[in-house]
Amino acid sequence: MILVIAEHSNGSLKKSALELLSAAKGLSDKLGGDVVAAVLGNDVSAVATELAKYTAKVIAVEDAALADVRAEPYTSVVTTLAKNLDAKAVLVSASKSGLSYSARVAMRLDCPLLEDVTSLDVEGTQVIATRFSYLARVTETIKALALPVVISIKPNIFPVVEASASGTVEDKAAGLAATDERVKVGEKAAAKTGRVALDEADIIVTGGRGVGSSEGFAKLVEPLADVLSAGVGATRAVVDAGWRPYSEQVGQTGKTVAPGVYIALGVSGAVQHLSGMNRSKLIVAINKDADAPIFKVADYGIVGDVNDVVPALKEAVSSL
Amino acid sequence: MKIISIIKQVPDAEARIRATASGIDLEGVTFVIDGMDEYGVEQSLRLRETGLDAELISIALGPKRFEEAIRTSLAMGSDRAIHIETDEALDPITQAKVLANIIKEEGAELVFVGGKEADWDSAALGPAVAEALGWPHSDWTTKLVVSGSSLSVTHDSDEGSETLTLPLPAVVTTQQGLNEPRYPTLPNIMKAKRKELKKLALSDVGSPSGKTQLLRQEIQTKSRLNKVLTGDAAEAAKELARLLHEEAKVI
Ligand SMILES: Cc1cc2nc3c(=O)[nH]c(=O)nc-3n(C[C@H](O)[C@H](O)[C@H](O)COP(=O)(O)OP(=O)(O)OC[C@H]3O[C@@H](n4cnc5c(N)ncnc54)[C@H](O)[C@@H]3O)c2cc1C
Ligand SMILES: Nc1ncnc2c1ncn2[C@@H]1O[C@H](COP(=O)(O)O)[C@@H](O)[C@H]1O
Repeated sequence: MILVIAEHSNGSLKKSALELLSAAKGLSDKLGGDVVAAVLGNDVSAVATELAKYTAKVIAVEDAALADVRAEPYTSVVTTLAKNLDAKAVLVSASKSGLSYSARVAMRLDCPLLEDVTSLDVEGTQVIATRFSYLARVTETIKALALPVVISIKPNIFPVVEASASGTVEDKAAGLAATDERVKVGEKAAAKTGRVALDEADIIVTGGRGVGSSEGFAKLVEPLADVLSAGVGATRAVVDAGWRPYSEQVGQTGKTVAPGVYIALGVSGAVQHLSGMNRSKLIVAINKDADAPIFKVADYGIVGDVNDVVPALKEAVSSL
Repeated sequence: MKIISIIKQVPDAEARIRATASGIDLEGVTFVIDGMDEYGVEQSLRLRETGLDAELISIALGPKRFEEAIRTSLAMGSDRAIHIETDEALDPITQAKVLANIIKEEGAELVFVGGKEADWDSAALGPAVAEALGWPHSDWTTKLVVSGSSLSVTHDSDEGSETLTLPLPAVVTTQQGLNEPRYPTLPNIMKAKRKELKKLALSDVGSPSGKTQLLRQEIQTKSRLNKVLTGDAAEAAKELARLLHEEAKVI
């Protein structure tokens, strides 16, 4: 059986949960066994019911200690579920928290970890995955030499499953130990901007130093993102300058994104930035320097001043 | 207290990486200490500089060339280093087990690991080491204070950031923002040459066998359209909107 850990936030399922289900379906077709999806949290009955529209078997694990995604309680619950259900594969989203606890789960199960994967296949009883390495310059294919295997799935790559099932929800106790709660969460600063989250966005508009200032973001980047219902990204130069929050940084030390369309405004295209966005399906660049490296990875580009081009582009897009 | 920084040596971000039929070819590539690991070394130095009584140890698991990165950490100010030398490419889970054994032997109380390594693009090593040791960890850490036997940190979460407190011993994985790593000075580079660098072989730590096997490595070659428009800004913008709408059909 294939165990899926479905992520949710503020009472709704994340898109990654539906991507994990399609990845799990692919694995169960080849490895055999059914798919069981689990939701962990403090108050998850609504999310569990929602999830049951997409898959036949849902397990809801409710415990106050699971309200925040902390690595140790999550490791404990996920490992117990995997053992009790005799999972062949455990699928987790490669979000920040998912990357963090999935490594602990693999260690506790003493099994292979396939991290941040972009495709999955099965040969006999061995799972094969592709993933990026070397700052996303290389695609590597790796094989897990044993089962079970813990797999974290890169967001926004796998297709989502459509609602079809009317599944059952079963409640299970978390059964946590005192040591699972050694790490205490204090204050939280949400990076909520009211916009679509970067790793779920279909379109991302990113501003670089060429946008000029935080006012430049308000004047150029935000309005274009608004008409496209896009997420907003930033380069490190912009974050370092304090124009935008770090949560919007795309690149080696920020987020890795692969949206349908990535629009880079006044971004030079440094390797560390490219590693976070070069897997986007379509890349658009606007830069006044025709030799900027960003044009090498661009599908469409305009050599021009963002102050002239972007307002005109916004108008043209609005009147489509 | 003993503080350990786990370090790796990785290709310079600007380095051109080539692929051959048998995988990637790192011949002629410039290697550097992983920038993420530098944050850990720097943080351990700052903890000592602000009054913590600590011995600072760098540990690396990898091929002979890693020595250079180890020397960089010693030149930054670490006291001594341990190098488990191997050409074998071991997965992070297996590496974590080996490293955890040495950390246990040393009796360290705080371990720094780079948040995401620039060769594997992997964030697994830190949490896996913590799990192997049975310790808590903080990931993607941007701020850290040691007070007595506990740590107060700020780290990046899925939703933004949050503060955590955790008891020592603990593993901390680093992130941009934690600090600005120093450059080694020339006198310190000279001094580093005389610092202890203990060598171990993989057979000294039980010759573990890996859990994954690398089958192929290919350079990403998504071909791009490279349609670049020049000329009047308003005209070009209109044409771009049309192309995105009619040709690419994405808006
Ligand atoms: C270890 C490490 C990690 C890093 N991680 C990241 C990361 O995660 N993300 C990241 O983005 N960077 C990262 N960097 C930094 C990276 O190397 C670059 O410095 C950064 O991406 C540059 O940002 P930029 O393109 O906004 O600025 P610049 O490189 O200064 O480029 C600005 C561009 O805007 C253009 N421009 C200027 N004015 C206009 C105008 N009016 N109209 C149109 N175009 C204009 C210029 O021609 C130029 O190409 C990292 C660096 C290191 C060393
Ligand atoms: N995060 C990871 N998950 C699973 N396997 C990995 C991971 N990172 C590296 N590996 C594998 O570990 C081996 C060492 O990688 P490398 O150092 O890039 O040659 C290769 O087989 C990698 O594919």
